[in-house]
Formats: sequence, structure tokens, C-alpha cells
Amino acid sequence: MCTGITETAQVKGSGKGPDGWFKLEEVNVSYDHPTDASLERALNIDFVNPKKGLSARVAVELSPESAKKLAETILTTLARGEDHMKNSEAAQN
Amino acid sequence: MHRYTTDMYEGMLAETTTVQGFNGDIINAYFARPLGPGPFPGVVVIHHMPGWDELYREMTRKFAHHGYLAFSPNIYYRFGHGSPDDVAAKVRASGGVADDSVLGDTEGSLRFLKSLPQSNKKVGVFGTCSSGRQAFLAACRLKGFDAAVDCWGGGVVMSKEELTSKRPVAPIDYTKDLSCPLLGLFGEEDQNPTPQHVHLLEEELKKYGKNYEFHMYPKAGHGFFYYDRPNYRQEPAVDGWKKVFQFFEKYLRTSN
Repeated sequence: MCTGITETAQVKGSGKGPDGWFKLEEVNVSYDHPTDASLERALNIDFVNPKKGLSARVAVELSPESAKKLAETILTTLARGEDHMKNSEAAQN
Repeated sequence: MHRYTTDMYEGMLAETTTVQGFNGDIINAYFARPLGPGPFPGVVVIHHMPGWDELYREMTRKFAHHGYLAFSPNIYYRFGHGSPDDVAAKVRASGGVADDSVLGDTEGSLRFLKSLPQSNKKVGVFGTCSSGRQAFLAACRLKGFDAAVDCWGGGVVMSKEELTSKRPVAPIDYTKDLSCPLLGLFGEEDQNPTPQHVHLLEEELKKYGKNYEFHMYPKAGHGFFYYDRPNYRQEPAVDGWKKVFQFFEKYLRTSN
């Protein structure tokens, strides 16, 4: 199955590639053939910096179930972190 | 089938080279050919969506081993250079490669093969996955191919919502222009193309009285030739390759 399904978002942060850390500018998320994972289809995530060339890429290939777990885990962690920050700010005031 | 015996001389040259492709661009390509004066038939081997990779170099050499001038253009050339998977990731993020670009590169490869002194002037086109689709498209939109093989080409049947500026017309809509015999290999468990997609294409081929041969393998899905993937299915893969060579022998081989 080749779907061609890809979504892109602009992001800020850093990623560690083969040549060390680099600034991230974009994340491309696709639901398609993986390159390495032993799966027929995968949720592929590429954190990239197009200005730094094609190898400035942190690639992840996950089973769809794992990708859902990751998305939930990210949202849970973000919510906990944001709550923590709110509570800290409230305590300071 | 091209028969090999243990007393035969056999040699092959495989290397990267260049060819004039779409828009007059000089792109790189992988060319594997049997040694000897020929005449040999040719095959344009369009690489799949995961890139101009080791698997496609192996397939190109496989065609040369069977006596074909096999030429695989780097249809991702314009996206830059790097490891095949990095380039493929860039292409994927860019919404894929445009049909017109692939057709230009394929036409340049076809012209190159036919111009060779050792060519028998018969050339086929082969592709799997996205390039199965492109092989079908090339057989419809380009003149000069003598046989085409579409292995599980997804996106031959496309809904209006799936059309993009890079892929503006569903290949099935060009069926009436198919200019050479077509072999199609598919897996019953594939989700793109589904058996229903294959049926729709077959109906269109019948409607226009085209010369085609389709094989639908049970217990196989997408990409069943790919021995490095979980999709690999040994029996359909062995039988499928046999059918590819029988088909090309029939339509591309001329008596020497």
C-alpha cells in the first residue's frame, strides 16, 4: 500500500542527527511504507531542517498503535507539565 | 524464457551514468547490461516510492542477468542527493514526484535504450508500487514501449479528492491510449490497489479491447517481491518473476 498521505507542521526545537544536534524547522508525518521498521505500513515522523540538507533528519517509524500511544503520551505529558507550571506560578504569587 | 547453461559465457556491466530526462535535465541513472554485441531488448526500470535504492539496483541487475539492457533513472534526482531514504523522505514531504517529471525521465531512458547499437529496438517498462502506476501511465502516455509490467501499482484508480497538481489525472482515464501489452501482478490482500481497483482497471482494459494479462495472488498483499519486508510472499514472488520474464520474452525478444 502506498498512500502518499503526509502532513507537515512548522516546529521549533532541536534534534540529534548523524552529525550531532541541529535546529528543527519542520516535522513531516506520513502514513505509508516504512524504510526500516518491519511493518507493512507505519506512521513515519521526520523532524527536519531543510536548510541543512537532506541528512538533517531525525526519523521515526512506528506501528499505528505505537503512534497513537505516543500521541496520547505527548498530550498527557504536556498537560501535566502545563499544570505544573500553572501551580508553580500560582504558588509564587 | 532465456535459458542459462553452465557452459555459457556470462558477463555484465553495471554502473551509474547519466541521461537526458524531463525538461532536458541531465539526471543520473543506473545501467546494467549483459556483455556482448546483442542484440538485446531493453527495460526501463522505474524505482518505487521508497527511493532509488539497493533493491532497485538488484532488480536492474536481475533484468541484465536475464539478457536485458536494464536502465533505472533516478526519478528523484531533482530533490537532491543523499542516502536513498533521506531523499525519499524529502520527496514524501513534498507531496511526491510529479507525473510529468517521471514521464519525461522515462521517455529519455526509452530513447537512450533504443539508440544503443546493441539494442534490438524493443523496450519494456517495469515498476512496482508507485512505479507500477507510473509504468502503466508511461505505457499509456508515451509512444515507443513494446510491453509494460505494473506490479501492484496503487493510485491507478483515483477519486477526485486524491488528484493533485502533481498527479492531476487518474491513470485509469488514459487506458484508451495504452499502446502496448500490459502485465499486471496483484495481491488479493492489498489495500491500494484493492481487488476492486484492479477489477475497475480490468473493465476499462476490456472496454477498449487492450492486450493485457492480470494475475491476482491469494494470501499476498502489497509488495510481495520485497524479500526484505514482511510483505514478502515466497510462492507469489517466484511465480510473479517467472511471469514477468515470460511476458517480456514474448513481447521484447526478437530472434537473433
